[in-house]
Amino acid sequence: MASLPAPRGPLSEVLVQSLGGNFVEQLPAWPDSEPVDGSSDAPGPADETLALWVLHELSYRGFTDVDERWEWHPDLLVLRWRLEGGLEQRLRKRFPTIERTDDFVADLAGLIAADDGPSLARHLQRHGSREQALELLRQRSIYHLKEADPTAWVVPRLPGGRAKTALVEVQFDEYGAGDPQRLHHELFARGMVACGLSAEPGQYADEAITEVLEQNNAGSMFGMHRRLRGAALGHFAAFEATSSVPSRQLAQGLARLELPDEIQAYYEEHVEADAVHEQVALRDICGGLVAREPDLAEDVLLGAWTCLDLEARTASAMLERWEVA
Amino acid sequence: MSLPDDTETETEIQTNADIETRADIVLCPDGPMLVRGQAVIEDADGTQHATTRPVSAVCRCGRTSRAPWCDGTHKLIADGARSST
Ligand code: FES
Repeated sequence: MASLPAPRGPLSEVLVQSLGGNFVEQLPAWPDSEPVDGSSDAPGPADETLALWVLHELSYRGFTDVDERWEWHPDLLVLRWRLEGGLEQRLRKRFPTIERTDDFVADLAGLIAADDGPSLARHLQRHGSREQALELLRQRSIYHLKEADPTAWVVPRLPGGRAKTALVEVQFDEYGAGDPQRLHHELFARGMVACGLSAEPGQYADEAITEVLEQNNAGSMFGMHRRLRGAALGHFAAFEATSSVPSRQLAQGLARLELPDEIQAYYEEHVEADAVHEQVALRDICGGLVAREPDLAEDVLLGAWTCLDLEARTASAMLERWEVA
Repeated sequence: MSLPDDTETETEIQTNADIETRADIVLCPDGPMLVRGQAVIEDADGTQHATTRPVSAVCRCGRTSRAPWCDGTHKLIADGARSST
């Protein structure tokens, strides 16, 4: 289990301090986003994003020495409500109008195919350094060590039918198809250890850039809210549909940099696996969902678009940091 | 017992069932062939490959680097060069 991360502002400061202390029934009020007196110590985006990530993490693996009852503490839920509200509003504001036809799956596939965001995999395939590759693994570990978990929340929210059986079919593969040795997040953990890195979930949270935490928060929020099941599945489809080719490029890059076989194997597994998952996610999962619940079509597109947009933001930030943008 | 709007309900259920039936072999437009369950694929050289996943994707574009499985390369092929479905 990971330790609580270092705070990034007044809000995460109070949160981390509370979680690190004894469990109490009532907490003091959270610092306001916009203090009335206009003082400068209002929580900024980095602070709020980390706070929401910590809150979500309580529902996954938790933190060392943090009382497990905090997960459903009403005062924490109040804060989660506020932060998720802000995040959802931000994501919906960024989401452009998407042209629709009467073929939803084609619209969704078209939206994903039109993605021309910057690619970290392309950079690492031929040019990136060993240090950059290891840095990317540490950033990705925030998600990959709980790979597939955010989407698993959606299963009981689906009434039934093709969307549900197909989602479980893909998740079964993500979770190793009955073989613990093939659990995807375990494959990643093994790769991290082989590279001399830690495989503790959240171990590298202090290093994680805000863009990476926001990617994780969006995935968790979509998964945890029944209302947002459309966005969760659209997000999942876009993620899977943009994974196969980059995984191959990354596997080639890691081989070029002579990083261990175990981490190459993780990406190689995703070349084939995600070529399958992409098809099933688009056609059966998202297509099946929208056939049953046509009102969710717009949210499926929102989820897909958000997935691509947040990855583009992460890629830009990393490339800028590496001075290759 | 039959209800007055029985016909309409029945049509609806049939439509739903149409959409929701599972196929074991699926030809994806401009993409691979999905194969559900355990199967052995024999490639052009006569080599046999057993599936290892709940669903597998067999390459139909001929450009994969991991034959006989699809590796997503079909998406990099320009529209005009795509195999038709
Ligand atoms: S069909 Fe996907 S690579 Fe050939």
